[in-house]
Amino acid sequence: MNTSTEQPLLTVNHLTKHFFIKRGFPKSVSYTVKAVDDVSFHVNRKEAFGLAGESGCGKSTVGRCVLRLIEPDSGQVFLQEKDITSLNDQELRSTRKKMQIIFQDPYSSLNPRRTIGQTLEEPMRVHKLCDHDEIRNIVVDLLENVGLSPGVIDKYPHEFSGGQRQRVGIARALLFNPELIVADEAVSALDVSIQMQILQLLQDLKEKLSLSYLFISHDLAVVRYFCQRVAIMYLGKFVELGTVTQIFDEPLHPYTLTLRNASPIPDPSIKQAFAQLKGEVPSPISPPQGCHFHPRCAKAKDICSREYPKWTELDQGRGVACHLYS
Amino acid sequence: MNTIARFKHLGTETYHVFNRNKTSWVGLLLLTILVLLAVLAPVIAPYDPVEQHIIQRLEPPSSQFLLGTDYYGRDVLSRIIWGCRVSFIIGSVSVAFAMFFGTILGSMAGYKGGYFDSFVMGVMDVLMSIPTLLMGLLIVAILGPSQTNLIIALALTMVPRFARIARAPTIAAKNKVYVEACQAMGFSDIRILVVHIFPNILGELMVMGSMWMATAVRTEAALSFIGLGVNPPTATLGGMIREGFKDIMSAPWASLYPGLVILLIVFAANLLGDGLRDALDPKLRNEK
Repeated sequence: MNTSTEQPLLTVNHLTKHFFIKRGFPKSVSYTVKAVDDVSFHVNRKEAFGLAGESGCGKSTVGRCVLRLIEPDSGQVFLQEKDITSLNDQELRSTRKKMQIIFQDPYSSLNPRRTIGQTLEEPMRVHKLCDHDEIRNIVVDLLENVGLSPGVIDKYPHEFSGGQRQRVGIARALLFNPELIVADEAVSALDVSIQMQILQLLQDLKEKLSLSYLFISHDLAVVRYFCQRVAIMYLGKFVELGTVTQIFDEPLHPYTLTLRNASPIPDPSIKQAFAQLKGEVPSPISPPQGCHFHPRCAKAKDICSREYPKWTELDQGRGVACHLYS
Repeated sequence: MNTIARFKHLGTETYHVFNRNKTSWVGLLLLTILVLLAVLAPVIAPYDPVEQHIIQRLEPPSSQFLLGTDYYGRDVLSRIIWGCRVSFIIGSVSVAFAMFFGTILGSMAGYKGGYFDSFVMGVMDVLMSIPTLLMGLLIVAILGPSQTNLIIALALTMVPRFARIARAPTIAAKNKVYVEACQAMGFSDIRILVVHIFPNILGELMVMGSMWMATAVRTEAALSFIGLGVNPPTATLGGMIREGFKDIMSAPWASLYPGLVILLIVFAANLLGDGLRDALDPKLRNEK
C-alpha cells in the first residue's frame, strides 16, 4: 500500500488481536472477540494518520498493539526496518523511546501522588538520558514547549485543569524525542475550546520536531482538521482508507457515508439530512456473517450477507472493503 | 528539600485528621506508654522479674509490691513490665515479617496475574483456612516452644492476610492508565511496583499492621497460657495468667493484672488502627 518513494516510518501488516472470553460455570463457553482483524496500513514521516470509527471498533487496540502495550496475536509492526513484534523485552524498552503514546483521559494518566516534576524526571533518570544536573533544565524546556510555565514543576496533577494535564501528558510523550506518537483519543476528554488549543499544540510540535502521529479518534471533525490520511474502522476491520479529502468529500463505503452524514455541520442555513443507521452496532462477539456492516447497510446486496468483501485498492493509497466496488 | 516539605505536608494533614478522630489519640498515647514501659523495662521495673521472695509469696498489692506477688514471690509489676517487652517483640517482629513477605507475594500475584496469581493465592487460602491458634500449636509442637518459633508461627498465619490486602489494590492500580504510561516509558516491572503501585497500598498495610499486632499479642498470650509459648521462667503476660490461675480465688492479682494489660495493648492497637485507617483514607480525608 506504500505509494510514496520514501520509506514509511511505521508499517503495519496484517495485524490481528483476538480476545478470548470464558463465561459460564461449570461448563464454560469461550467467545472470541476479534478486536483487530487483519489490519494493514502505514504512516509516513511527518504525517498524521487518522484512525476513526465508533467506540468499540478496535481503534485503541490497534494503537496499543503498535506500541506492544498489548501483545498482538499475529502480523508485523515495523518502525522503519525494525520489526517491533519480534523484539525481546530489553530491545522493546529501548525502542519505545522512539514511539510514545498520549492517553485519552488526562485525569487518570498521571500518578496523583507524584508531582509534575517527578513524573517527567523519572523516565530520564531510569534511562540515564542525561546528566543529573541537566534534568531540571530539560524538563523546564519541555514544559515551555507544551505551553506550561516552569512554576508547575512542584505541583500535583489535581491542581491542574484537564487541558493543562493533557499538556503534561504530551510533555511526557515528548521526553525521549520520539519519532512516532500514538494519540489515543488525545482530545476527546477535553472541552471543545481546549480541544482546539491542544490540536494546535500537537500541530506545532509536529512541525517543530518533525513528528508523525497515529491519531485515534471517534470525532470526524477533529480527524478532518488534523490528519492527512485516514482509515475508517468497523468491528475490527478497515472498511475504507484514503486521504482526508477523499474520505470526507467522496466517501465510497456506505458506512463512511453515514458516518460523515452523522457529523453535524456548524452552519444553520444548511439543512442536514441525518442518515439514520438502522439498529445497533452488532456485538463483536458474534459479528454478522459476510460483511459486518450489511444488516445496517442501505445498499446491501445478496452477496453481502455471504462473503466478507475483499480489500480493494482503487487508486494510489485508496482502498475500500465493499462489494459495491470489487 | 522538596521531599521533606512533602512529608511535612502529609504529616500535618494526617495530624489534622487524627485530631478529628479523638479516640485514635487515646490509642496512640496508650500504646506509646506501654511501648515505653517495655523498652525501659530494665530501668523502670522495681525488681528482677525472676527474683523470688520466698517469704512474701502471694502478697496482695502493697507499697512494697505495687501489684502484689505471685506463687513464687515474684513481683507482679516487674513481671508485667518485662512481659510487655516479650509481647511487643513477638508482636512487632512477627507482623513485620508477615507484612514483608505477604506484601511481596500479594503484589506480585496481583501484578502478574494468571496462573502465578491463582497458585499463590491458592496457597494463601489454604494457609488462611488454618486458625491462627491451631497453626501456632502445630508449629510449636513441631519445632518446640521458643520465642523464635512463636514468631515463625504467628508470621506464617498472618502472611496470607497481608498478601490479600496487598493484592487487591495492586490489581486496581495495575489497570490505571498511569501504570500503562509507565510501561510505555519502558520502566521495569519492579520499578512500577515499588514506585508507582506500592504507595497506594502503604496506608492499608499500616492499618492492617496495627490491627494484626493486637491479634499477634493476643495469640502469643493464648499460647503462653496453655504452656506452648516462651519457656518459663521468662515473664510473659499469658504465662503469668496461667501461673496465677491456680490461686485465682485467693490471690486474683497474679493473673488479673497481666490480663488487664493484654486487654489494654489490644485495645490501644485497635484504636490506633481505626484512627490510621480514617487518616489515610483519601475519601475520608477530604471530608471536613
